Amino acid sequence: MNKIKEIQEEIVDEFSMFDDWMQRYEYMIELGKSLPLIEEKYKVEENLIKGCQSKVWVHAELEDEKLVFTADSDAIITKGIVAILIRAFSNQHPSEILEADTQFIDEIGLKEHLSPTRANGLVSMIKQLKMYAIAYQTQLD
Amino acid sequence: MKVAAEKIPFNVELIRQDFPILKRKINGYPLIYFDNAATSQTPKQVIDTIVDYYSNYNANIHRGVHTLSQEATDKYEGARKKIQQHFNAANPYEIIFTSGTTHGINLVANGFASELKKGDEVLISALEHHSNIVPWQMLCEKTGAILKVIPMNENGELIFAEYEKLLSGKTKMVFVNHVSNALGTVNPIKKIIDKAHEAGAVVLVDGAQAAPHIKADVQALDVDFYLVSAHKMCGPTGVGVLYGKEKWLKKLPPYQGGGEMIATVTFEKTTYADLPHKFEAGTPNICGGIAFGAALDYMNEVGFHEIAEYEHQLLEYATKQLLAIEGVKIYGVSKEKTAVISFNIEGIHPYDIGTIIDKLGVAVRTGHHCAQPIMDFYKIPGTVRASFSFYNTMEEIDLFIEAVKRAKAMLE
Repeated sequence: MNKIKEIQEEIVDEFSMFDDWMQRYEYMIELGKSLPLIEEKYKVEENLIKGCQSKVWVHAELEDEKLVFTADSDAIITKGIVAILIRAFSNQHPSEILEADTQFIDEIGLKEHLSPTRANGLVSMIKQLKMYAIAYQTQLD
Repeated sequence: MKVAAEKIPFNVELIRQDFPILKRKINGYPLIYFDNAATSQTPKQVIDTIVDYYSNYNANIHRGVHTLSQEATDKYEGARKKIQQHFNAANPYEIIFTSGTTHGINLVANGFASELKKGDEVLISALEHHSNIVPWQMLCEKTGAILKVIPMNENGELIFAEYEKLLSGKTKMVFVNHVSNALGTVNPIKKIIDKAHEAGAVVLVDGAQAAPHIKADVQALDVDFYLVSAHKMCGPTGVGVLYGKEKWLKKLPPYQGGGEMIATVTFEKTTYADLPHKFEAGTPNICGGIAFGAALDYMNEVGFHEIAEYEHQLLEYATKQLLAIEGVKIYGVSKEKTAVISFNIEGIHPYDIGTIIDKLGVAVRTGHHCAQPIMDFYKIPGTVRASFSFYNTMEEIDLFIEAVKRAKAMLE
């Protein structure tokens, strides 16, 4: 099993401890606090993810052939969502990021956020992370 | 002959029984629908009208000689008359059916392209939402006219003295909403219209947010154009009305070409139909128009006076309850406002509040409400907007306040 899948399962396990939405949201907000924050200088228009009602910035850098993501958001729930994504995808090889699915979002009870019309732009975030992976993969090739 | 029914006193519990959707549960909680400024809910009387249309007399109108077509035509034109009477337009043909307010605005903006020249000025208010900004920007780009903005103050009111200063012989048109969608401010449109007319300018009023709460009399207002959308006043989506003074509607060119809007067609020349059909190309939203008429009947039966009075009580109660929560700031505190509260809680993003209270069954709007310039004025990313209707209750406000408190506790 690849690393991303392992982390995703770990996250699913953690969320399975909660039996109502409120605890899940509280935990997500908690996870938002551990988000590796993007440096202020990268909080620029180009790093802003479109399609979110709140602002989300994501930055990526290649370190030892692995992609390291940092991010931030002005909304706390969105920050939690992006933290969950980054926990799964950061420090991974671009090719693995490209192969990874996001089924785990559904499994942790946040399926509603996966709808493309949803204003939080989770779908746009995933797309953006994959775009970075494509760009850096080309560099590595 | 219709027998005049005795007027039933305002009773919110009885009214609520007319709205099937209010029985819904959201995430296990009873639905509390406070997004009425985005779209209103539909009473069964209107739903029944829609079902009746498709079950009994669905047909294309104006052209058919058969019975169904004539029945549908009668009902559709009957709805036009109802709408005319409701807004007290002088003639039924001054009521143009549209797909909604935005369509009507574009129809007028397009028509005025030939009336404006370089250097002419058009005024819009700082309280407009995007659909009353963008068409005029496009018109100005096309004609070389200059767009100027009537500024607002911290309370969310237009600054009348500044408006007077902006008016001049160059001012050709003034566009303003009757009620602001983002803040609920009721603009003094009669004064605005009179001043504009003194300067020789034409006035278009976007009445989409006003019409569910205030019965406008277009003749008393002396307004040149007034626009509404059915879906904000208990009617279906996809239908609205443009009221225009006869003299303007006769002068403006048609907006779209097609069937219905023509008198004669040859390959050399087409002559246009008379009003209102000149502006109603193609098969219209027949069922929508008829249902709009039914929605007006329903609201008039409840009574606009009663609606305004009751909604004001909801607004006062909710405002008081919200302000009791620490850190709440309300945007738009004009003395004259409809039952809309746009607010934020210090340090919390409106999106977060909206997401959590949705989990508790409360529907509000969050974001910039398609009125980014207003948000820029207050230097905020957006607000939470709770907008009430006559079928909402004080108990719902209590539950909403509880939900906001719970969200605040989670998000702080």
